[in-house]
Amino acid sequence: MLEKALKGSPKYYTWIGFLVLIILGASGIYIMQLMQGLTITGMSRDVSWGFYIAQFTYLVGVAASGVMIVLPYYFHHYKKFKDLVIFGEFMAIGAVVMCLGFIVVDIGQPQRMLNVVLYPTPNSILFWDMLVLNGYLILNVLVGWTCLECDRQHLPHPKWTKVLAYTSIIWAFSIHTVTAFLYQGLPGRHYWLTAILAARFLASAFCSGPAILLLVILLTEKVTTFKANVEGISTLAKIIAYAMCVNVFFFLLEVFTAFYSNIPGHMLPLVYLFKGVHGHHELVPFMWTAVALGLGSLALLIPPKLRDNMKLLPWSLAILVIATWIDKGLGLLIGGFNPNPFEEISPYWPTGKELIVSAMIYALGALVVTILFKIATEVKQETGASQKTEISSEA
Amino acid sequence: MNHTRRNFLKFAGLTAAGLCVASAGSVMAAATAATEKASEKALQAKRWAMVIDTKRVGTKETIDVLAKACHAAHNVPDIPGRQNVKWIWAAGFDEAFDQPNNFMDESLEKREFALLCNHCASPSCVRVCPTQATYQRPDGIVAMDYHRCIGCRYCMAACPYGSRSFNFMEPRLHLDLAKLNKEFPTRMRGVVEKCNFCVERLAKGKIPACVEVSQGALVFGDLSDPASEVRKVLREHYTIRRKPALGTEPSVYYII
Ligand code: SF4
Ligand code: SF4
Repeated sequence: MLEKALKGSPKYYTWIGFLVLIILGASGIYIMQLMQGLTITGMSRDVSWGFYIAQFTYLVGVAASGVMIVLPYYFHHYKKFKDLVIFGEFMAIGAVVMCLGFIVVDIGQPQRMLNVVLYPTPNSILFWDMLVLNGYLILNVLVGWTCLECDRQHLPHPKWTKVLAYTSIIWAFSIHTVTAFLYQGLPGRHYWLTAILAARFLASAFCSGPAILLLVILLTEKVTTFKANVEGISTLAKIIAYAMCVNVFFFLLEVFTAFYSNIPGHMLPLVYLFKGVHGHHELVPFMWTAVALGLGSLALLIPPKLRDNMKLLPWSLAILVIATWIDKGLGLLIGGFNPNPFEEISPYWPTGKELIVSAMIYALGALVVTILFKIATEVKQETGASQKTEISSEA
Repeated sequence: MNHTRRNFLKFAGLTAAGLCVASAGSVMAAATAATEKASEKALQAKRWAMVIDTKRVGTKETIDVLAKACHAAHNVPDIPGRQNVKWIWAAGFDEAFDQPNNFMDESLEKREFALLCNHCASPSCVRVCPTQATYQRPDGIVAMDYHRCIGCRYCMAACPYGSRSFNFMEPRLHLDLAKLNKEFPTRMRGVVEKCNFCVERLAKGKIPACVEVSQGALVFGDLSDPASEVRKVLREHYTIRRKPALGTEPSVYYII
């Protein structure tokens, strides 16, 4: 099927070329990082993980989110998601590729990466994270690819794909739980040391991930002949709305626990993020933007009238994505490291070079997603499934 | 695992020693291997610990003396800014201990405390390291293998004491190469490092560098031996440890 990625319109080629250009251009900066070390980033002795690991964390959520389509389809036989399943799986592949990319660029001695495998250390959560992420990647490649191939040949899906699909549903929860465990088991990092972190991660993943997926699907509809089931889209939007409510609720639980208990260690990270401490206000505007956009997205997604308005939906989703990204892609990491072990604030901001290297990984992910989605839509076109011309009620 | 690791290191050490008797290249291997090869002179303990008399080393100047000795012995680079590397340094009471007191006596308020890796009995840094590059030796010292560390910095997030430094850049650029201690390896960029309780000196029968220059203000010894000097000092003085509530069980005690 890979050949389908090679034939495309000039627009398709321009986009691919654009992504490749970003990857090549930005890899120059990455090589610079390899030669000079992570000193080119804004990280420090105190904030020893930064933008890279934050993106990794966010994208694990995106990878896990495909399950919001796959689960209703397989567990509840919700047929309206039939055309979307493959996109959920392919999106997960792209997201895991980016996750691995962000880990690689964050590591100080990437050529020694295999040490994690050579000296397996089960007491390290990073070891498990490596296992579950790679496992999830393999599961999605196997299931997605095989099912699509069968669709193309008008064959029924082999039984084992169903077993693997069920496995991948449980697995999706595990990847984000394990990623949360990376953080929530560390003594002395108050912002992370909370039992609800894994639940928060999942809630935020299950709104932001499907939101991104839905945006990409809407875009796919624009540029290809593919047409998703309208009812399916509106169900997915409903799921996103619920997940965002839970996400906000979980966050408010944190706020209550911190402030009602009045324990400084629990309050300080939140105070730093939302009000500033010791004269440091770096993140305050961002966090309040997240609050405003988060609440705004709820206001646009909860009322069915607004949610089902297809003109409005992309905007509602976009502001939801921005809000959750600030929360998890900026606040979580910086708030976790501040105050530092000496009760001081150590501001962090990614450098331009750090952002360029991140752009390289994002472009790589976009490339993978583009190619996979291209193949999927072509197959659907070939088999005449979910096309614009037909009345969209394909079951 | 410690056992196989020791054996491996012994083997590696012997091989290295056999291959290049005194070449510069063997310095690195020697530093790790020598510590594991128990020579007769080596100081040994079940659990090494340190007691710091903060009444005697309680100023920036006195702590600087310790830091100079340590950093010279271990080729710790002097890097300006927040990407710095430090093994032992001075900090005020509020930074060192999480028990703020808004009305503290003046002498304590002005006092500085020497901070270093606590060589915790339940070290969270060891727990998280995905490669066992950070490991706990049978004598309680939390040691590092700079050649195995992948630089993921998970241990830095896990250490609640800020004891660890990452080599964000090439450390040798910030070292006076003429004054290098040839007995101890320099590090490469991209790996984490921290105080090692002078394992390389203990192996040669010497006490840690900071203890040596402290004129008796720092006491080093075996916590498991009731007759040891550290236990004697601990019996006679009121001491505290950093963040005991976190359950890491630090092996560094402070006489207040
Ligand atoms: S002080 Fe930090 S680095 Fe040292 S042993 Fe304890 S947790 Fe590990
Ligand atoms: S940075 Fe090195 S020592 Fe620290 S956890 Fe990672 S591999 Fe282990």
